[in-house]
Amino acid sequence: MTEAVNTLLLLFMCVTALTIVRQHNLFAVVMLGSVFSLLSAGMFVLLDAVDVAFTEAAVGAGISTILMLGVLSLTNSRERITFSTPIFPIVLVMLAGSVLIFSALGMPEFGAADAPIHGHVADRYIEKSGAEVGLPNIVTSILASYRGFDTLGEVTVIFTAGIGVMVLLGLRRRTAQDGSVEELPLPGEGNMRHHSVLRVTAKLLIPFIMLFALYVQFHGDFGPGGGFQAGVIFAAAFILYGLVFGIKNAVAVVPEGVTRFLIAAGVLLYAGVGVASLLMGGNYLDYSVLAHEPTHGQHLGILLIEFGVGTTVAAVMITLFFSFARRTRKKT
Amino acid sequence: MTEVMSHFNYLVVVVLMMIGFYIVISGSNLVKKVVGLSIFQVSVFLLYISMGKIIGGTAPILDDRFTVYSNPLPHVLILTAIVVGVATTALAGALIVRINEAYGSIEEDEIYRQDGDA
Repeated sequence: MTEAVNTLLLLFMCVTALTIVRQHNLFAVVMLGSVFSLLSAGMFVLLDAVDVAFTEAAVGAGISTILMLGVLSLTNSRERITFSTPIFPIVLVMLAGSVLIFSALGMPEFGAADAPIHGHVADRYIEKSGAEVGLPNIVTSILASYRGFDTLGEVTVIFTAGIGVMVLLGLRRRTAQDGSVEELPLPGEGNMRHHSVLRVTAKLLIPFIMLFALYVQFHGDFGPGGGFQAGVIFAAAFILYGLVFGIKNAVAVVPEGVTRFLIAAGVLLYAGVGVASLLMGGNYLDYSVLAHEPTHGQHLGILLIEFGVGTTVAAVMITLFFSFARRTRKKT
Repeated sequence: MTEVMSHFNYLVVVVLMMIGFYIVISGSNLVKKVVGLSIFQVSVFLLYISMGKIIGGTAPILDDRFTVYSNPLPHVLILTAIVVGVATTALAGALIVRINEAYGSIEEDEIYRQDGDA
């Protein structure tokens, strides 16, 4: 049964990808991309990667799609159709594909327990993390504790991307040549004012989305979830509000100064926990020294750094969306 | 044939990867290229997660009832890669918006032509 679902999902993914190749309406391309992400999230559940599936469903199918739609609203939603099929890319793809298929057949069988990948540190994480870190979710233990340094790097990457988009799109004030500062207007509700069903449903949904985000944030130690997923879900609540009630109202709820502060605050909290563990006599990001008992320290450290991750991710996602949404299309 | 069945996931990964690669190198539309890049990216995710799977294992959340767990290490790597992926997508999107404002087009060859004239 599982195998049948596995095969079916993979075939659906191939069909979706092929449709994207042939589709020239970019709106359809972006929506198919969202479908593709959702199918892959289903695949990840089948392959036991529940945390990854969670992230892919929230990020790939949700936020990325919204951002790409934002790009389309500011550019052109149709691809220019060319009738000639290029030969060179097809030849190159065929060549690279056959080499890869040849080498893929040399890999260990799918699902084999004695494959080399399971032999190195993974066993140790599975056997010892329960005693050393004391959390049921091994993924969270590795992410936040064993490989906390990597995760600090990832959070910094997200922080940097948020700053990059703000630099490229984010300026709300425009300084004219004579030195006068002009404030750009924020888009209001527009046509959304007439969609009563959307407005009522959104108002009903938003508190529950936020509550769910908090659950994902603080239950991530015990089940699937964690700061990355929670941050994205939390941001989704504000993005929904911005989509339905207009950017002007959304910015009134979360002023830009606040999101900008939170972007930095999350990274600083994460790095600060590392400094705190240094000061208390441990290694950088070694949480065992934070409390009297090592596992208590681990709990405290993971709770704090996951909160830092969630804060930065949520603030960056909100900033990304607002940066795209408030930029009005330039008249050409 | 048995070899194909036991490596089915990896073969699909190659197919998806090549479809993404084809979209990136064949088209000239920048938005479509970004979508192609994310297909490529998902295929890599699928490769890693497929390698971590153990048949008969369960999700890596400790419980007394289970003894065999799938490998959690690829999950951690890919989880963060997905979030970094959306960050790079957003940055690409912002660049596309700025390119469109500067050139009035998101088709690569038209942008090159305008650069050639200048």
